[in-house]
Amino acid sequence: MPDAAAAPARGFAALTWRQYRLERRMFWRNPSAAFFNFLLPLLLLVLLGAVFTTQSDRDVIVPGIAGMAVLATTFSALAYNMVFLREQGILKRMRGTPLPSGAYLLGIAGNAVMNTAVQMVLIVVVGKAFYGIDWPQNVGELVLFVVLGVVCFASLGVALAHAIPTFEAATVYVNAIFLPIVFISIDVRNDPAFLKGIAEALPLAHLIDGMSAAMVSGAAVGDLLSAIGVLALWTVLGVTLAIRGFSWEQRRS
Amino acid sequence: MNDELAIEVRGLRKRYGDLEAVRGIDFGVRRGEVYGLLGPNGAGKTTTVEILEGYRERSDGEVTVLGHDPQLRPRDLRERVGIVLQTTGVYRHLTVRELLRHFAGLYPTPRDPDEVIEVVGLRGKEDARTRTLSGGQLRRLDLALALIGDPELIFLDEPTTGFDPAARREAWDTIRSLKALGKTVVLTTHYLDEAQALADRVAIVKDGRILVEGAPAELGAGDGAARYRVAWRNGTGMLNQRETDDPTSLLHELTAAALARGERLESLSVSRPTLEDVYLELTADA
Repeated sequence: MPDAAAAPARGFAALTWRQYRLERRMFWRNPSAAFFNFLLPLLLLVLLGAVFTTQSDRDVIVPGIAGMAVLATTFSALAYNMVFLREQGILKRMRGTPLPSGAYLLGIAGNAVMNTAVQMVLIVVVGKAFYGIDWPQNVGELVLFVVLGVVCFASLGVALAHAIPTFEAATVYVNAIFLPIVFISIDVRNDPAFLKGIAEALPLAHLIDGMSAAMVSGAAVGDLLSAIGVLALWTVLGVTLAIRGFSWEQRRS
Repeated sequence: MNDELAIEVRGLRKRYGDLEAVRGIDFGVRRGEVYGLLGPNGAGKTTTVEILEGYRERSDGEVTVLGHDPQLRPRDLRERVGIVLQTTGVYRHLTVRELLRHFAGLYPTPRDPDEVIEVVGLRGKEDARTRTLSGGQLRRLDLALALIGDPELIFLDEPTTGFDPAARREAWDTIRSLKALGKTVVLTTHYLDEAQALADRVAIVKDGRILVEGAPAELGAGDGAARYRVAWRNGTGMLNQRETDDPTSLLHELTAAALARGERLESLSVSRPTLEDVYLELTADA
């Protein structure tokens, strides 16, 4: 028997941390995940910044890309990842070990949140350095909206995973939602009325509103209560669906 | 609860909607034995084992595994059990050693990863990413991951399906070495020779029920499940064969008649039913 000093710590927090570190290591070894979750929003930021050169356009693009980055790193990444883990049988395998389910899922979620955080820092820095967006007016407000967005979209991503039958279908499902939502939500003011209605019923436009307030306009949190309310409602829905439909096993055809 | 038993199952039933996959199963697995669940696909073996592993909740009956109710999924139980599932993936971008180290960290008294790599025959592949492994090597990795926590009880669900003959022999040797270490092993298989070679006791399962249970060598003889076969050649050289529950009186009858005719019974043989005969008879569709 190994002596106690050599045995790794196995408390809940230690196991969560261990799983998180493993997820980080695997993330960088998987080129397609690194590209779609990480480089794509930054690439779009650079391209759109090059195409739209007026400050008023850039004031829209930078918070819009920030909102999209939250969506990509949480919603898309977790939907895709959970389907992969479920269909490969990795969820089932992990369930057979002593690793507490909560520690496992938190490790996975932590990886996604770390990607979000790094993206936010990069977008703020690029916005300041190249696109004339000053440092965030209100860092607390930015953090508040990032946290709300992460919880909302992470839970919706896990909920979506339950509806995706196979790994092959995952990319189609995720992009069929991701691309149109980003398209209609990034600048709601220019949407035709019916699209505007849809965009305002969905959470992304409200997250972008909050990003815009924190990064550009400096509008106070008190002016954004309706945006917070919509995000909260979607979070309740997302968490409920994520928990209710959760399955550790492959779908049987 | 019986301390001699690692697993005790009474009146186990499992329904999926209208389908009853397990229809009242009773058995016990003694500590240190290799217990085989043998049966055709869809017999209910995997459902039964997955209930014991804590993956499924039973519809009815009592189940005790190492003193615990598996469906409550106590961590103590999961620390003492190793599981090889039929089909499971692994993280594709990790190496064999990284994966085993990670899993070792989940258990209180893990085995040394390099030692386990050696035991399952993956030496030389320690630093290979798992996505580069062949099907047989992945199956060995499955076994390695089940052994890394140094479990008392190991579930093997069709561990050699898809193996070539040499790989099967090696896997058999590994399973025998587990028994030599005093581990309890529950093995499901649809290969007769595998059950015969490895299991101390076998239960033949069909349609959610156990049809017979016993040591492979004794199975069937005496309980009428399969009959003795008596074969001989008559005077014209034609092969005759008869089956009987009572070989003594049949032989008496045959030999008396042959002597009366002045014939010899060439190539006379009496064979006991093999596990295969028992299995085929029991699992044949009516």
